[in-house]
Amino acid sequence: MADRQVSLAEKRLMDVKLNQLGAWLGGRDFTPNGILSAIRRGHDRYYNKYINVKKGGIGGVAMLLVGYVAISYLWEYDHIKHDRWRKYH
Amino acid sequence: MTLSFFDQFMSPTYLGIPLIALALSLPWILYPKPTTRWLNNRLITLQGWFINRFTQQIFQPLSLGGHKWATLLASLMLFLITLNMLGLLPYTFTPTTQLSLNMAFAVPLWLATVIIGMRNQPTHALGHLLPEGTPTLLIPVLIIIETISLFIRPLALGVRLTANLTAGHLLIQLIATAAFVLLPLMPTVAILTAVLLFLLTLLEVAVAMIQAYVFVLLLSLYLQENV
Repeated sequence: MADRQVSLAEKRLMDVKLNQLGAWLGGRDFTPNGILSAIRRGHDRYYNKYINVKKGGIGGVAMLLVGYVAISYLWEYDHIKHDRWRKYH
Repeated sequence: MTLSFFDQFMSPTYLGIPLIALALSLPWILYPKPTTRWLNNRLITLQGWFINRFTQQIFQPLSLGGHKWATLLASLMLFLITLNMLGLLPYTFTPTTQLSLNMAFAVPLWLATVIIGMRNQPTHALGHLLPEGTPTLLIPVLIIIETISLFIRPLALGVRLTANLTAGHLLIQLIATAAFVLLPLMPTVAILTAVLLFLLTLLEVAVAMIQAYVFVLLLSLYLQENV
């Protein structure tokens, strides 16, 4: 069955061809409202897939927390690297 | 570069955004809104149970006028307990270790309870400054003491939370450093230190929850006196 024809700016990222990537980025909405709605859509996708299920376990929240730890590490890397390089503590 | 155990309490900046911004907005993401469905998912059910239980516990002794504060105190409790518990994860930043944040919570809320008391029932509120049954000679001294005690409340609220959390984090860092450094030298001692570290972490989890609870409980008590 043929896919529905959509304009370039509305295509999903996985459907965009490599040489169309620049044009696709130019067509996206980078206003604050656009960014907020993108964050909300991403959050809804994650929430409905992992947390809003009938027998959700600890996995959904645990993935979020591990992601938070990873982001915190990245944020503090410039500060933490000195602890690892130091010879005497 | 000087070594300082207090570096963990500095909020590092990345791309111009301090980590405290992410740490403060994380509790918002973790608690989804209850839907209009009859049966929600497990996370929302747990969350709803906890909030109901806590609110019932805190607001049972309060008179009806104090029940207006239910939303505020329940959300404050959730916020504090999430911030404290998230701070125990590795590499995360705990905003409640900053005195400025805790004073920003304590002072306006305490001041609100005092002003509500003074406006609605000034005699009764002022009457709290003198406990019943004091000997006549002691009255002036006691009034001064009770006034000082009244004004020190916001300071105590803020500093209590800050000090408990900061001390806990510092201890964890110190003992972890000790265990880590001892490992190549004396493995047995290092294992003992690791056991101590484990017990300390359990204590910190408890302290995190208790401190948030105490904060909100004391506020509700101050409210109860005044409303």
